[in-house]
Amino acid sequence: MSAAVLSCSPPEDTDSQREGASGTLTVTLSGDWLLSGDLPSAAPVLERIRATSPVRVRLHTEDLGNWDTGLLSVLVAIRRSAEAEGAALDADALPEGVRRLLALAFAVKEREGARRTAARPPFVTRLGTRTIEAARSAHELLAFTGEFVLSFGRFLRGRATYLRSDLAVYIQEAGVEALPIASLISFLVGMIFAFVGVMQLEPFGAGIYTADLVAIAMVREMAPIMTAILMAGRTGASYAAQIGTMKVNEEVDALTTLGMNPVDFLVTPRVIALVLMMPLLTLYGELLGILGGMTVGLSMLDVGFMQYARQTLDAVTLEYLLGGLFKSVVFGCLVALAGCQQGMACGGSAMAVGQATTRAVVMGIVLIVVSASVLTVIYINLGI
Amino acid sequence: MSDAQSHIVVRDLTLAFDDFVVQRDLQFTVNRGDVFVIMGGSGCGKSTLLKAMIGLKRPARGDVWYDGQAYWDADETEQALLRRRFGTLFQGGALWSSMTLAENIGLALRQYTDLNAAQIRDVAAYKLMLVGLSGFEDYYPNEISGGMKKRAGLARAMALDPEILFFDEPSAGLDPLTAKRLDDLILELRESLGTTIVVVTHELASIFAIGDDCIFLDADSKTQLATGNPRELRDHSTNPIVRSFLRRGEHEEPSPA
Repeated sequence: MSAAVLSCSPPEDTDSQREGASGTLTVTLSGDWLLSGDLPSAAPVLERIRATSPVRVRLHTEDLGNWDTGLLSVLVAIRRSAEAEGAALDADALPEGVRRLLALAFAVKEREGARRTAARPPFVTRLGTRTIEAARSAHELLAFTGEFVLSFGRFLRGRATYLRSDLAVYIQEAGVEALPIASLISFLVGMIFAFVGVMQLEPFGAGIYTADLVAIAMVREMAPIMTAILMAGRTGASYAAQIGTMKVNEEVDALTTLGMNPVDFLVTPRVIALVLMMPLLTLYGELLGILGGMTVGLSMLDVGFMQYARQTLDAVTLEYLLGGLFKSVVFGCLVALAGCQQGMACGGSAMAVGQATTRAVVMGIVLIVVSASVLTVIYINLGI
Repeated sequence: MSDAQSHIVVRDLTLAFDDFVVQRDLQFTVNRGDVFVIMGGSGCGKSTLLKAMIGLKRPARGDVWYDGQAYWDADETEQALLRRRFGTLFQGGALWSSMTLAENIGLALRQYTDLNAAQIRDVAAYKLMLVGLSGFEDYYPNEISGGMKKRAGLARAMALDPEILFFDEPSAGLDPLTAKRLDDLILELRESLGTTIVVVTHELASIFAIGDDCIFLDADSKTQLATGNPRELRDHSTNPIVRSFLRRGEHEEPSPA
């Protein structure tokens, strides 16, 4: 039964004979044609059909054993190339079931222009396409920012439709629920700074300035940047995935058809939540960073708690503090916008959601770093 | 628990989500080469029953026997071997979005057969032709319409010529002509390959056109109300709910004087 010895009879190179004047090519199929077996390649036969362009292709299937899709896929390929050469396929010899399945496969005409040519476009074309795409996505980003500004205006005037409960949930997600990871990161960063400070300053007898180093670094730069990067990975990515999935499920379209602006409903509350929470998280991070530095400082230096605390308080000025918090507001806005924009620009598949999430995080981090540099230059010029 | 005729045997099957029982005490047999229809109103647990049959949801009680082998009693390796004999068409097609249609169909072939890339492509082309999607090999799922996705999902389910094909709402969302072609295809697969086919549907036209046997699930009593040939159930069932369902709620006799 399932001896599964398969042989495609034409391949002996003489089996598919062209019978001179009649122009008939005989293709012999025998043995068990099963997917689970070892199927011969159809290429030689197809090549033969192409080379000889016969008038008729006759199928000879006397010794055909068991068959399944393995047979049919080859027959389909043969019939296609026969038709391409204008040859008629004589399928009368085929078993009843095979003939019917074959007829079913060819029952629907291929849609005109549906087939794709997989040719790779030339370099210049690809470069051009990429450039146009880059320009378009830059334009989209700009348009999105504009839409958000308009939407924010509506929000301030109380004319935006959104759910208060949604806003509360976003605030909770971006705020309280981020505290554990923010604590861990800030505390450790503070400790690392203190270690470096003690190592470098102690030999000069300036160990106490470790307190200044940790406090200024945390308040001016590190806490805002670390928190922002943390939130880009945590909240920005989640915004992109949430909105992207809604996009895939046509939930965004459902909002639009109800006359609600999706930016009002989905984007603005999320951006507001993150912009509100970011400075609070940053302030919290600054405090924990300083505490982390203090644990190291107190254990490695010969100073008391009061001395260290006073040194820290003297180092941190109000300008530093406000400067750091302003940065965190900017970062929060950028991270949330990057996440929402990528979500809204998401394509229609599960894979697209993943891509949108990745892009949201990358874009968020790039924006953080670039804007941090710009702000630092501005601060220096302002003398803060 | 099996003879030559019966392919799938379901005994004392109870389906539940935690404490919430969806269906209880289901008993039925699917004969080899039959088109078996699972029907019932929305939310009665049709799809849940299907999930229990294809190994996605463990039933609370009872088991499903395939050729005498209990699925839920088997270990993981045996279950995987059993599952390889199934082909499933999910409601939305469930195509893998990162792959083209040809790759979707080719994945199982690459995994479980010794075919080379060109042969796999030929098989994929043939399967797509069967469902009327000739020429769409290199499209990604998000580039085609919902009905086309469903048909491509069917092509994928058929990739390995499974012994048993499970269809979850195959004709929902298809135009009447395509739905009719799908019915023809189902019958053809049964005729020429001897495939046993289990269909979850509530499209009456389809039920009467293809169903050899059926089970009717009821959401209120949470169990099966009837089994048998759908045309006979329509004409002779003594259960008013079944009759009403199969006659689209028309209670009168089919040919009032």
